[in-house]
Amino acid sequence: MVILTKDEAQALMKKVLSYSKADECEVNLNGNDRGNIRYARNSVSTSGKVSQRQLVVASAFGKKLGIATINEFDDASLEKVVRRSEELAQLAPENPEYVPFLGPQTYAEPITFVKATADVSPKLRSDFVAQSLQVAKDAKAVAAGFLEDGSGFAAMMNSKGLFAYNTSANVNFSITVRTEDGKGSGYATRGYNDVTKLDTKKATQIATEKAVKSATAKAIEPGKYTVILEPAAVAVLLENIFFDMDARQAEEGRSSMSLPNGKTRMGEKMVDERVNIYSDPLNPELPTSTWSGDGRPQEKVSWIEKGVIKNLSYSRYWAQKKGVKAVPGPDGAIMEGGTKSLEELIKGTKKGVLVTRLWYIRTVDPQTLLLTGLTRDGTFFIENGEIKYPIKNFRFNESPLIMLNNLEELGKVERTVSVESNTNYLLPPLKIRDFTFSSLSDAV
Amino acid sequence: MIANGSWGFAATDVMDNDSIARAAEQAVAIAKENSRLLIEPVRLAPQKGYGEVSWKAPIEKNAFEVPIKEKVDLLLGVNDAAMKSGANYITSLLFLVNEQKYFASTDGSYIDQDIHRIWPAFFITKIDAASGKFETRNSLSAPMGMGYEYLNVRPQDKIQSVTTLYKGRYDMLEDAKAGGAQAGEKLKAKSVEAGKYDLVLDPSHLWLTIHESTGHPTELDRVLGYEANFAGTSFLTLDKWESKKFNYGSKLVNIVADKTQVGSLGAVGYDDEGVQCGQWDIIKDGILVNYQTIRDQAHILGLNASQGCCYADNWSSVQFQRMPNISLQPGKEKKSVDDLIKGVEKGIYIIGDGSFSIDQQRYNFQFGGQLFYEIKNGKIAGMLRDVAYQANSQEFWNSCVGIADASDYRLGGAFGDGKGQPPQSNAVSHGSSTARFNGVNVINTARNLG
Repeated sequence: MVILTKDEAQALMKKVLSYSKADECEVNLNGNDRGNIRYARNSVSTSGKVSQRQLVVASAFGKKLGIATINEFDDASLEKVVRRSEELAQLAPENPEYVPFLGPQTYAEPITFVKATADVSPKLRSDFVAQSLQVAKDAKAVAAGFLEDGSGFAAMMNSKGLFAYNTSANVNFSITVRTEDGKGSGYATRGYNDVTKLDTKKATQIATEKAVKSATAKAIEPGKYTVILEPAAVAVLLENIFFDMDARQAEEGRSSMSLPNGKTRMGEKMVDERVNIYSDPLNPELPTSTWSGDGRPQEKVSWIEKGVIKNLSYSRYWAQKKGVKAVPGPDGAIMEGGTKSLEELIKGTKKGVLVTRLWYIRTVDPQTLLLTGLTRDGTFFIENGEIKYPIKNFRFNESPLIMLNNLEELGKVERTVSVESNTNYLLPPLKIRDFTFSSLSDAV
Repeated sequence: MIANGSWGFAATDVMDNDSIARAAEQAVAIAKENSRLLIEPVRLAPQKGYGEVSWKAPIEKNAFEVPIKEKVDLLLGVNDAAMKSGANYITSLLFLVNEQKYFASTDGSYIDQDIHRIWPAFFITKIDAASGKFETRNSLSAPMGMGYEYLNVRPQDKIQSVTTLYKGRYDMLEDAKAGGAQAGEKLKAKSVEAGKYDLVLDPSHLWLTIHESTGHPTELDRVLGYEANFAGTSFLTLDKWESKKFNYGSKLVNIVADKTQVGSLGAVGYDDEGVQCGQWDIIKDGILVNYQTIRDQAHILGLNASQGCCYADNWSSVQFQRMPNISLQPGKEKKSVDDLIKGVEKGIYIIGDGSFSIDQQRYNFQFGGQLFYEIKNGKIAGMLRDVAYQANSQEFWNSCVGIADASDYRLGGAFGDGKGQPPQSNAVSHGSSTARFNGVNVINTARNLG
């Protein structure tokens, strides 16, 4: 079996540690079973199942660290990977930033595993896709989608007595429906730990409706517009803020969280006071691991509270140097929202642009976190509280940090998936004024 | 494998007979289960078996036989050189790959390949503490399908320009020294005034524009809609190819696909469907003439054989259509970079790749770079900052008015060419000589967070 129980993982890792001759040794072990099905042109294309396990051994002599990886688990291989990590450690120069491994830690019991998701069969995947395809075919539209499910375990143990173990399961689904003439396109994405919550038919109905309604789009002038960003569009923008919350980068003066002369934005009100962003590994709608990859406990952490930067993440080295708590970066982020549905946000908008999805997001300037990218798969003009007509796609150049200062309204939070990082988030749709569209795109 | 006309795939890392048999059973079960969702069965172009054959990258020095100490000393030397020339921070790395790939098929091919790739790189940051401004300068190296000899630079491998550029070999120490100083210059450079400029693009920059605006839209799987949910489709639809007169670019623009180019990232003997690799035209004298295909697509173009573009990035990944090396051919007339710059009244000379983004049908793109030099009346007039250019692919390639000759031809490339679900990463090179594009829209990217 690829997924080891807690006892099996513990026994295997103890054996690995028994081979160690280093001053310190740390072992990370993980394994997963992943299945997927992909379809396009209203027909299945590729589909597969992958089972794999990996063992990572880190050995340290003084401040010299070596890391080796293997995917064979007989005794000779286990000893070989330990010896290899030790050889690499002896060859490595001393790392002045080396921090000794952690001792035993206490972790909350994770809630990331759902048996139904771990039990997904080829037939269930195929059934999910059949339901999706039927919706597109009934509308004489063309569907392309992807469903991926997986379950796995992760464990770590070190020579100082630390042991951590977690199991998880998740399913991500995305669907793009295009009109037969290629003039309209719509999209929807879903992510869950529990596969029984997945409704591919409903998601495909949304994508199909957007495809049909987005055909024969009009071109309007690029410029600054009030926009309503659906959660999938919010995710690919805001995650760039989450990626930029490293304390060291900020204090060294090389991130959007930096200020002159080594100061940072920590404690500063940087965005609208209605912005509250946190992470919580035990949130039932977005559970994540209760420990980070280096063994630190993952706890509920507030990152932005009432618009103020409340926390930055720290490596253990940087936290020790600065004499602060070593808060690890989060595995998922949650933004508090409001009570309005997407439809209600549209209803309250005099003039604006509804954005279903943003695509090909890249940093243009790390100093200001200026990003570029494009709208895609359903962009509409809103007038007097109604969607009036589909519009051609835009390229945008906008910083999510500037954008969160131009916040008009927050809608109801939902779980969504970033098409860029494949990470799941709990985010609301956002209504933003003065969002900068810099040019038109002919893409549908 | 194919069962009931449908693809099925399974992978395991447990190498005993039972596990291998179970993986094969899973692949068949998946294929059979999914066959009810097929509109038509998979049609593979015929492929003869080659028997037991092998291919080995023609390297001079295996990077994995170079002592770790030598590599560590090089990187620490690179860091030291950059810091001494003004950098505040530098990260340097040697990304080295030796992929040993074995392929077997029921066509009767048993193919053993030994592939080597190298990417020496660094990332420099320079900070002005008082203002809080910072700038970055990345290495001007290219990832290559070479061994450690890529780092053994000879005088003939250097091109003297506004900074030293490298052809086929790379001097990491020298570039780091230049990079440290240039990051500081960037902080003091003039912020660009937005508007139309003639662009002169160095191969260290142009490779990425070729990759995004030519390489991706000529992938046949995108054209057909197989990537509609993720990477996107393509503006280069089949009717444009069938017309034989779609002006993708100016008459100077000749783009060639080549899976055999020595020193390139994409060079292999055989693809991952057991097809021997070759070379073919994609854009000929500005006209779209071909795409990139694999065995189950060949019949769509009326071909009776695949073009050998199938690739899986890992033993645990399913093979599918991936980009071969796609390169702009050098100008046929003798022309230097100086000749290109001389004719420009108002322009920007761009070196190195930076930020990049393009829409899902490959019309609208935006690119940054590493170094930007203003061209005024045919001469370099100093460094610029905050530069990015936006264009439509077809308009951009039709604005190509000059390409330097073969003496300037160099390869650029990337390890991280992403496509597919689950996403896979392809390694691919793009060659070109320096080229000039007229009247391109340049934007100013400076903003203020307050």
